[in-house]
Amino acid sequence: MNDIAARPPQLPTDLSRPFWEAALEGRLVLQQCANCGVLRHYPRLLCSHCHSEAVSWREASRRGRIHSWTVAHHPFHPSFRAEVPYTLVTIDLEEGPRTLGRWVGDTPVLGEPVLGRFERRDDGVDLVFERA
Amino acid sequence: MSLSDRSCITGIGETAYTRNSTRSAFQLQIEASLKAIADAGLSPRAIDGVIPIGIVSGTADDFIENFGIPDLRFSAVIPHGGASPVMALQAAAAAIAAGICHHVLITFGRNISAMAGNNKAGARIHNMPQFHYVTEFEHPMGASAPAQLYAPMARRHMALYGTTVEHFGEVAVACRAHAILNGNALMTKPITLEDHRASRMIADPFRLLDCSLESDGGAAVVVSSAQAALDARHRRVFISGVAAGHPDSPGSITQRPDITSLGIAKAAPRAFAMAGVTHDDIDVAEIYDCFTYAVIRQIEDMGFCKRGEGGPFVSGGRLRLGGALPTNTHGGLLSQAHVWGLNHVVELTRQLRGDGGAAQVADAEVGLVTGYGDLGDGALAILRRE
Repeated sequence: MNDIAARPPQLPTDLSRPFWEAALEGRLVLQQCANCGVLRHYPRLLCSHCHSEAVSWREASRRGRIHSWTVAHHPFHPSFRAEVPYTLVTIDLEEGPRTLGRWVGDTPVLGEPVLGRFERRDDGVDLVFERA
Repeated sequence: MSLSDRSCITGIGETAYTRNSTRSAFQLQIEASLKAIADAGLSPRAIDGVIPIGIVSGTADDFIENFGIPDLRFSAVIPHGGASPVMALQAAAAAIAAGICHHVLITFGRNISAMAGNNKAGARIHNMPQFHYVTEFEHPMGASAPAQLYAPMARRHMALYGTTVEHFGEVAVACRAHAILNGNALMTKPITLEDHRASRMIADPFRLLDCSLESDGGAAVVVSSAQAALDARHRRVFISGVAAGHPDSPGSITQRPDITSLGIAKAAPRAFAMAGVTHDDIDVAEIYDCFTYAVIRQIEDMGFCKRGEGGPFVSGGRLRLGGALPTNTHGGLLSQAHVWGLNHVVELTRQLRGDGGAAQVADAEVGLVTGYGDLGDGALAILRRE
């Protein structure tokens, strides 16, 4: 096993490329239906409300609340072996959709307010949250 | 046209469940298939429908070629992971009731040990297209394997409803106790609630003994028309009710409006109505147990108790032989083997035939088997013996 295994790659698709480009600039953007205005995440082809393909991108506040969390103790991928244990949080974003992120802080509590930021890594970015 | 009681499970087959098998996935699948077909009293050439589970080994064409099937009239691919075997019962029952075919083989074989470099769950699932959101947005941050993806569901359930480590442990202990009686189970050493609590943490709140096994093996069943089943070797076991359901946002737990909800919540009322039975009629249950928590949540979502009451429900030995709802009488994915839950269908059939051996539930007449796939796809079948 390679001691310096690469992390699983962040591979943008045609649908998600604006998300990743903004993330590299430190901005969290969400798809917004250009027809009916409903926000959605993760990126997908159609608005499930009005079935329009027309989409714009809206910058989100990166503010939200803890929905749930876990602490990864076992590294299921070799690139995380040196990092365990690490905490993953599921966040209710202020704008409505959710996101997953890494957590900096002691044990998260459901409902507590958080603020996220993108942190650069070798091949991309991590979305990292801490208490607001 | 109801599918109820139009078809029967006539044949069951399993290989030995092992680790480090030297036989290929397809060899294991063929071995289990031939056993199931012989158990039904059929020639392999009589199979006129085939549903290979997950296509991790043989395709429908491979079965035509190897069995010399002269006229395969039905085949299907069901892309829902561990929900696929029970969804395949639905597809088989529908095809048979429509008169398309008479004998459908549902078959699975896997040799994880031989999947060089790609043999761990954390890597394996990312080759499956239904996990593309996880692969793009979650895997790179370290949410790679099912244990890490499901853990937030369980954590939230604990926070909202007071579900405890002991509740999870009850499921693990029950499955282990039953595996010890099985004779073809990987795990044969008794465990206690204390052993469960002391096992190492994998993805909080899941400990090692909350997680299903990785194993090599094959399993298969034959579904035949109720008429054709009259000529089979065993007592008829009818598919009385069967239904499938999907959670909202099936491709991402993170984006699911209610992360504790599963697809089986939508399916269960349909299956019970089709079978014309109530929860009190269920003598034995084989519940997909990728994780202990998944058993608790399916029990709630199927309506055996209210949401949030699954933890107390599984306590006090209720899932054990002699309890009110004997569950996973073969040991399940937690303690027998992981063949995507086709072993659950095999075991329920065995129970309803009265062939459950040391784990036989006395006078089992009606039973239930569930499937749970990918990130929460669900299915259940209610089987009844003649």
